[in-house]
Amino acid sequence: MLQAVLDHYNYWIAILLMMIGFYTVVARGNLVKKIVGLNIFQTSVFLLYISMGKVTGGTAPILDERFSVYSNPIPHVLILTAIVVGVATTALGLALVVRIRESYGTIEEDELDLLDGET
Amino acid sequence: MIITLIDIALLTFMGATAIAILRLRSLFAVVMLSGIYSLLAASMFVVLDAVDVAFTEAAVGAGISTVLMIAVLALTGERERTPSHTPLLPMVVVVLTGAALIYATFDMPAFGDANAPVNLHVAPRYLNESFAEVGLPNVVTSVLASYRGYDTLGEVTVIFTAAVAVMLLIGGRKGDDAGIKKEPADDTEPDDDGGTA
Repeated sequence: MLQAVLDHYNYWIAILLMMIGFYTVVARGNLVKKIVGLNIFQTSVFLLYISMGKVTGGTAPILDERFSVYSNPIPHVLILTAIVVGVATTALGLALVVRIRESYGTIEEDELDLLDGET
Repeated sequence: MIITLIDIALLTFMGATAIAILRLRSLFAVVMLSGIYSLLAASMFVVLDAVDVAFTEAAVGAGISTVLMIAVLALTGERERTPSHTPLLPMVVVVLTGAALIYATFDMPAFGDANAPVNLHVAPRYLNESFAEVGLPNVVTSVLASYRGYDTLGEVTVIFTAAVAVMLLIGGRKGDDAGIKKEPADDTEPDDDGGTA
């Protein structure tokens, strides 16, 4: 039983974080808060990938004669790319938030809905 | 054993930080906590042997993202308004999705299993051959810059596109005076901007 929990704990926390991020994006009305939620979601996916590549007793995939067991380098490469793309999308989202604030004077979703209804 | 304990402690901290981010209404505190969250994620990546990912996350996630968000908060204000109702539907959707995903994890190989399918296909070839073929001790660098160089080219394209989009959205405002006001629009009628722009 304990072994079953230890075998899946990383995945479960990744899913918990994913759902917290998801809920923040869907249920919170503030646009900056939504972007922070998106970042939480994103990092949870990174955690899921990196957890899958870990090998027990392995070391970082930097070749050296003293080690023979290495963790899987492929998830690392994929996630390196994803982190940098992630910050690009965050910057784009924040730019949209600034632009919306300039045009509407608010970044709360329900107020934006009201303003859109008026015009 | 000690590694497992560190692993569990860091993951639990990450969960607690995420819940605090969800519940807090002060956006400044939320941004600070998201920096802490990224730093915890970076420490987690060190424990999971992904050192390259760890320092990228620490620099980009905890550093640049936090700076960008603080800059935006300076322009938009730092209080989140309390909603009048508690949304029930999102909670139901999130719990159902989470339950389905947890159910799916029981089919996954155990954490750290060296014989998991993900560790058997291409990874051994990279680990065994990359030093002879590329000549770098760091396998992650070999794969990133050589075997999967096109991925990196695509990544650069995405960043370029995002940079162009950000500049189109908020850059070059000096030139166009299409009714965009510099001061915070708290006291102005929001319809003014929409009407003239």
